[in-house]
Amino acid sequence: MFETLSHLALQQYWWMIISLLGSLFVLMTFVQGGQTLVSQLAKNHSERKILFNSVGRKWDLTFTTLVTFGGAFFASFPLFYSTSFGGAYWVWMIILFSFIIQAVSYEYRTKANNFLGEKTYNTFLFINGLLAPILIGVAVGTFFTGSEFSVDKLQLTNISDPVISRWEGAAHGLEAALNITNLALGLAVFTLSRVLGALYFINNIDDETLVKRIAKQLKRCSFAFLVFFLTFVVLLLTKKGYAVDPVNQEVYLENYKYLHNFLHMPIVLIIFLLGVVFVLIGIYLGAFKKSTKAIWYAGIGTVASVFSIFLIAGLYNTAFYPSTFDLQSSLTIQNASSSKYTLTVMSYVSLIVPFVVLYIWYAWKSLNKNKVSKKDIEGDDMAY
Amino acid sequence: MSLVDWSRAQFALTAIYHWIFVPLTLGLSFIVAFMHTMYYKTGSLKWKSTTKFWMKLFGINFAIGVATGIILEFEFGTNWSNYSWIVGDIFGAPLAIEGILAFFIESTFIAVMFFGWNRVSKKFHMLSSWFVAIGSNLSALWILVANAWMQNPVGMQFNPDTARNEMMNFWEVIFSPTAVHKFLHTITSSYVLASFFVIGVSAWFILKGRHLEFAKRSILIAAVFGLLSSLFTAYSGDGSAYDVAQTQPMKFAAMEGLYDGKEGVDLVAIGMLTPGKKFNDKKDDFVFALKIPKMASILAFRNANAFVPGINDLINGNKKYKISALENRILNGKTAIAALRDYKTAVIPVRKKQALERFRLNYKDFGYGYLPDKESAIPNVPLTFYSFHLMVGLGFLFILVFALILFYSIKNKLDKKRFLLKLAVWMIPLAYLSSELGWIVAEVGRQPWTIQDLLPTMASTSHLSTTSVQITFWLFAILFTVLLIAEIKILLHQIKLGPKEERS
Repeated sequence: MFETLSHLALQQYWWMIISLLGSLFVLMTFVQGGQTLVSQLAKNHSERKILFNSVGRKWDLTFTTLVTFGGAFFASFPLFYSTSFGGAYWVWMIILFSFIIQAVSYEYRTKANNFLGEKTYNTFLFINGLLAPILIGVAVGTFFTGSEFSVDKLQLTNISDPVISRWEGAAHGLEAALNITNLALGLAVFTLSRVLGALYFINNIDDETLVKRIAKQLKRCSFAFLVFFLTFVVLLLTKKGYAVDPVNQEVYLENYKYLHNFLHMPIVLIIFLLGVVFVLIGIYLGAFKKSTKAIWYAGIGTVASVFSIFLIAGLYNTAFYPSTFDLQSSLTIQNASSSKYTLTVMSYVSLIVPFVVLYIWYAWKSLNKNKVSKKDIEGDDMAY
Repeated sequence: MSLVDWSRAQFALTAIYHWIFVPLTLGLSFIVAFMHTMYYKTGSLKWKSTTKFWMKLFGINFAIGVATGIILEFEFGTNWSNYSWIVGDIFGAPLAIEGILAFFIESTFIAVMFFGWNRVSKKFHMLSSWFVAIGSNLSALWILVANAWMQNPVGMQFNPDTARNEMMNFWEVIFSPTAVHKFLHTITSSYVLASFFVIGVSAWFILKGRHLEFAKRSILIAAVFGLLSSLFTAYSGDGSAYDVAQTQPMKFAAMEGLYDGKEGVDLVAIGMLTPGKKFNDKKDDFVFALKIPKMASILAFRNANAFVPGINDLINGNKKYKISALENRILNGKTAIAALRDYKTAVIPVRKKQALERFRLNYKDFGYGYLPDKESAIPNVPLTFYSFHLMVGLGFLFILVFALILFYSIKNKLDKKRFLLKLAVWMIPLAYLSSELGWIVAEVGRQPWTIQDLLPTMASTSHLSTTSVQITFWLFAILFTVLLIAEIKILLHQIKLGPKEERS
């Protein structure tokens, strides 16, 4: 069935899958958000244990979503993989280091004889919660603001120096954090992760005093999120964008490009607006009603709005990874993609995704029957 | 050291660290699942306590395995940027499938496995343990398919328009004999390691006179699993060596320390290489060697009189056996690279066509065009040779030890065999050593290739300063060492505590 699609249609399909995985990852950063909330919410050891055990049962899945996002990007748009990861080296390395220290921290933090002490592992979790969402947001920001790199496939024939993708920014990616649009997105993702973390806690924890404190904290996080998010949206919709001529594939700057993309793809605009409304409903239900359903509204809204932001970065003749150093080196879903054959094979693999979502759903439902509370953890010798 | 050396050093460091944790995950997951099933079937609290003890150790090891694993996937992009583009069309697919198909199973059900006690139904809980085992072994399948493809690139063609290799046949990639052998050899050898882990820890309890019933029960399961796995490891190892001889003759020659090829080559059982031996010098290959007549020919080509090429044959060429000289291959490679340039810059269609023909004719030696000299085509022979022979020697020792332990375990005389119990504890580090040695043979032996014959390491790197990679190398070295110390301390403490008695 995928064989009949054109190469371009497959590229678009895969951009949508990348966008979906990206948006699911942002949803899953409620784990990171939760990690940064613990020190503010917990007043004693037992409360800290409740909070860490609540997100602790989900951390591995966030991690897996990131790894799958990377793998899918590699398989479908390998030129992005080689250009961005090899170029913006330091940004990705810092992100990876923050996930390395996260992966051991839950399991080791309260184990006896753990060498570094519980506090260190708690700090590791805080660092991951702080750096990962901000830097991933900054990195995705460059999808709209561009980076300094060049791509020249002829370079492969230069025997002494055959590297095709070259980063021209001296800071190897760290320079992206100085751009105001990137920074606004990074902080929006960070504050959103805290909002989602708080809403998840409300849903997952059975402890009245703690939930009261969470709801209070949620109001502050939500305010910060709205400020950064609106800043990013305004900057995005008013900025010049990187358009691609569909006939000769030439990349050029276009005023209000991303606003145009929304207007030319009204369905994407509708998804975006609905997403924002759902996030707002979620915030309201959580902050004022302490509703356990709030996370579902905010979660669906997050996936919808992030999904649509990714879509306008790559669809409708747009360069999704623009180069400010050399416009014509910019990556588009056409020049960066895998071959038609590979995309076809991978499209069949993508049909497995709904089953994956289904068993995750089932497993979580079974695990979440009891909420996390002091009593729940006390009898559990596997608890973190 | 140059950029490519530091990039290789970093990849080797992270891969070796990651591999400390993976084999135990692959094997112990099945052992835990089996024990969990026994608890499910019998409802016996003793089985519950046994399952929980090993599950806890599994979890401590798993966490650091995940931590060290994430970097390996992204490192292809961060440090091997050129590689990622040139073969990403083929190599990316198994990595993505690994995520979608395997990692999600692993990470979803591991949460159920650990936190499912008293929270989910007993049956779903037991099945979750099996899903964790299946998921982790599936992830090994896909990453090994990817690794095998680097060693034996099949099912693809170079597209000069996009300047990369593109996949032509997915089935050829995943069912390549190299992939099949590699997968089977790797997972079964990992089961051997996990079995020794369980046996060694249990043997320590018996030596200390603690938890005897628990220890004997664990040993029996692990000894059966281990003996079967170790036999299969030997069998699949033979298949792997045969495959290497066909697809990577230079690696095979290095594994055997063979410089001058001939018909009916003997296999070195134990030997010491002549120090400082170089290709084309007149020194003997070995200071001393205990050889099995004609066995290397049988191993490599299933024929006692088959010709096995040595390193000198592969460098100088050998007309009789139609092996072309390295010089010619380097020349062909340079011709292919130049033809690619002509193809991409030509304006006149005829010129373009001619360039393409020249390119296709010489593409099989494309990677040789990047080699700076003859030496760079030869892997580190001593490291490959000794790693290979030590690995094989340990492999046979493992079979023997498993057999003895199983024998005395069935006879219920194990607690009296104190020497064997002590030996069993020592088998744990030896199993780890042998597992790492296997990867050293596979990865050092294939140098200088990231993609056999088509892309050498020096043409695969990212455009980075050496200093950047030096910094990350040391950061990884420090961080992973600290985490390893933490893991071992926690693990040893948990082992000392022993299994907890279950009351409900």
